[in-house]
Amino acid sequence: MLRLEARPHPSTAALLLSPVLAIGLTLLAGLILFALLGFDPVKTLTAYFIKPLDSLYGLSELTVKATPLLLCAIGLALGFRANIWNIGAEGQLIMGAVAGSGVALFLRPEHGAAWVLPAMFLAGALGGMAWASIPAVLKLRFNASEILTSLMLTYVADLFLRWLVNGPWRDPEGYNFPQSRMFEPDAIIPPLLDGTRLGFGAVLALAVALGGWFLLSRTFLGFQIKVIGLTAAAAGYAGFNSARITWMSLLLSGGLAGIAGLNEVAGPIGQLTPFVSPGYGFTAIIVAFLGRLHPFGILLASLMLALTYLGGETAQISLGLPVAVTSVFQGMLLFFLLACEVLIRYRLRAGR
Amino acid sequence: MQGVTPRLILKDITKQFPGQFPGCRANDGIDLTLLPGEIHALLGENGAGKSTLVKIIYGILHADEGEILWEGKRVAIANPAAARALGIGMVFQHFSLFESLTVAENIALGLDKPGKMAALASRIISVSERYGLPLDPSRPVHSLSVGERQRVEIVRSLLGEPRLLIMDEPTSVLTPQEVERLFATLRLLALEGRSILYISHKLEEIRVLCDRATVLRGGKLAAFCDPATTSARQMAEMMIGSELTSPNRHPEALSEGEALLEIHGLHTTSNDPFATNVKDAALSVRAGEIVGIAGVAGNGQAELLSALSGEVLLPEPGMVRICGQAAGHMGPRARRRLGLAFVPEERLGRGAVPEMTLADNALLSGYGSGGLVRRGLVRFGKTRRTAEKIIERFGVSARGYGSQARSLSGGNLQKFIIGREIMQKPRLLIVAQPTWGVDAGAAASIHQALIDMARSGTAVLVVSQDLDELFALSDRIAVIHGGILSEAIPAANSSIERIGLLMGGVYDQEGASHASA
Repeated sequence: MLRLEARPHPSTAALLLSPVLAIGLTLLAGLILFALLGFDPVKTLTAYFIKPLDSLYGLSELTVKATPLLLCAIGLALGFRANIWNIGAEGQLIMGAVAGSGVALFLRPEHGAAWVLPAMFLAGALGGMAWASIPAVLKLRFNASEILTSLMLTYVADLFLRWLVNGPWRDPEGYNFPQSRMFEPDAIIPPLLDGTRLGFGAVLALAVALGGWFLLSRTFLGFQIKVIGLTAAAAGYAGFNSARITWMSLLLSGGLAGIAGLNEVAGPIGQLTPFVSPGYGFTAIIVAFLGRLHPFGILLASLMLALTYLGGETAQISLGLPVAVTSVFQGMLLFFLLACEVLIRYRLRAGR
Repeated sequence: MQGVTPRLILKDITKQFPGQFPGCRANDGIDLTLLPGEIHALLGENGAGKSTLVKIIYGILHADEGEILWEGKRVAIANPAAARALGIGMVFQHFSLFESLTVAENIALGLDKPGKMAALASRIISVSERYGLPLDPSRPVHSLSVGERQRVEIVRSLLGEPRLLIMDEPTSVLTPQEVERLFATLRLLALEGRSILYISHKLEEIRVLCDRATVLRGGKLAAFCDPATTSARQMAEMMIGSELTSPNRHPEALSEGEALLEIHGLHTTSNDPFATNVKDAALSVRAGEIVGIAGVAGNGQAELLSALSGEVLLPEPGMVRICGQAAGHMGPRARRRLGLAFVPEERLGRGAVPEMTLADNALLSGYGSGGLVRRGLVRFGKTRRTAEKIIERFGVSARGYGSQARSLSGGNLQKFIIGREIMQKPRLLIVAQPTWGVDAGAAASIHQALIDMARSGTAVLVVSQDLDELFALSDRIAVIHGGILSEAIPAANSSIERIGLLMGGVYDQEGASHASA
């Protein structure tokens, strides 16, 4: 039998490098996987990880995918630091998209109003926050685990979105497709660079990452978050209000996920569809951990995971690989990351 | 000594932990000889290498160098099971019992070959009667007092018929009466020819109980002595390697000081089935005095302390008044603002965050004073300087403000935490177990700091199990037993024996006679 034995002094360097090691192992496993599937492994990996980045457009697409990941992951990481396990960023993202779309669809922007987009961003944030406040109430009032409630609410949000686009919000001139009207031009985020889809959201996400770093490393609130996450009893002793931190981290992560959702419908998509997100809210969990819950690490990790989305699309178009390869890569990355963390802290011993 | 084969001989035992500085060893060339029928004391400050040495004997750790001779034969002790097979038993300082299981079930779990439960129960009864350790095998452990729990551990070791019994600080949780009972048992065991290796830092006990003593210091052999003819002070000085400064206490407190802590009709309502709720407690602590609360662990101290610190809120605001203000509904932050500072019993994991630096830990409870936080931002320069000041003023041996809290020894961390609280210039200071597990040198400086605080006009409340400490510090002493807090009586009018009886309570005597019946 194998058992795990704690290493007395886990190497700090190894802990810092574990994301890099995990990425390396994922690529290696990818090579083997492609070879087994009968593709030329080197060519496939090139198509997957290099080709998407060889043009300005490709790079701008990378930021399009990285933006929602970064927005969601920063919020999640702040919660994770405080031991608040919001797993439902996907649902909060959807509800942000729904709330923002509501503003775009029903407040007619015919008068060329400049306030439409800000109002949509606000509605998006509020939509995500409202959805995240449900697990907060359930946790603080009834001691229900936010892991379960936030995850289950994701499916409620998804079904609510489907009902809207199949029912009341369906475009009457949309040939019965389950999607809303296209938004008016005033309700669409203009691209920052002509010919690309690089939008204001990317700048916002960068600012959020910077803000997250500032909050965690410079403010007393960030200090309280870290203490609660490391040693709850010490936080109680010091008199930190853990209920307040729970509210704050859930509202913050919900709000950021909501903004991410709004940024999708008002940006690259331009209408409300059932496919607002290819799982950005879930992938953001991987991003947060790959970035070691540090805002700058998360920034790099969001680019890495964005590449798995982009590469999956490229490989599907150019080589006919199934699009599920994206999920496989993301899954392997998380698997290797967790395995590296465990094996850096523990060693395997054979025997009793 | 001629003609008797020593039970155990250790020769030149050396152990170095990975990550320790070269030249800094947990055990460095230690020799030890134990004779049959001998009670041998192993003395030393925290970190002197006592635990490492006994763990090597019991097979938990393995020596890098040196040899072990068991009854004249050279042995390698691979693990605790091998040690038990040789005839070595050990009673640990911290009990490893399952609260919800019975005495017999707990003992069965610790034996290599427990056998049938009914047979085991009768063996337990016969062993417990032979050695004066009354125990009822069918009682669940959660209903036992601390002294009774220790009996479970001792009986468990004795069932293996050990010829060497190692006891690691066995009396730190016992009342004086329970200590007497334990010593009678140990003397009986020695009379049967068993060897006992007795680890303690309570020097008076060692003088009464032990035949010989070995003193360790910094991982090395420091001295041998005959405890009967050596004074406790001399032994303490052997342990710390320098002269001991005893706390300088001026006899009379200002009795007319303002009452800064007033407890009135305080009762707690914890839902935890293993909690001891405090019932209708009343106490006041005045400016300039030290009041001690004595009691065996688990008699409501934890509940009382969390009600005083504000970690648990009280049903009525007036149950606790801090500096005249009703504070029962206030959390720790608001109570600190009224002038409270608090040192909890658990240093690592409540009083300090293990993974954080000393600078961060200075901020943990110090955020309210000294301008460490301005407009929501942490002022790191100031925090570091505060940590450095604490380290310097209270003689904390640490590499600097950047050291992690968990890298400090227990005594140094306690000095840091008490220093941090004192630096906040509180009007009321509540300290739980100020020197539990702290070496003699650090304990003396902590005691002096507490006395100085009181003399400068702070009200100090000390909750402790150590009666010597309470008598050294307190102007008045109260006792908590079964959640009931006695009246605080002037220490000068009381004695260790009387307080000890109150700590044991009538309840414990009944429990013992019930179990032996």
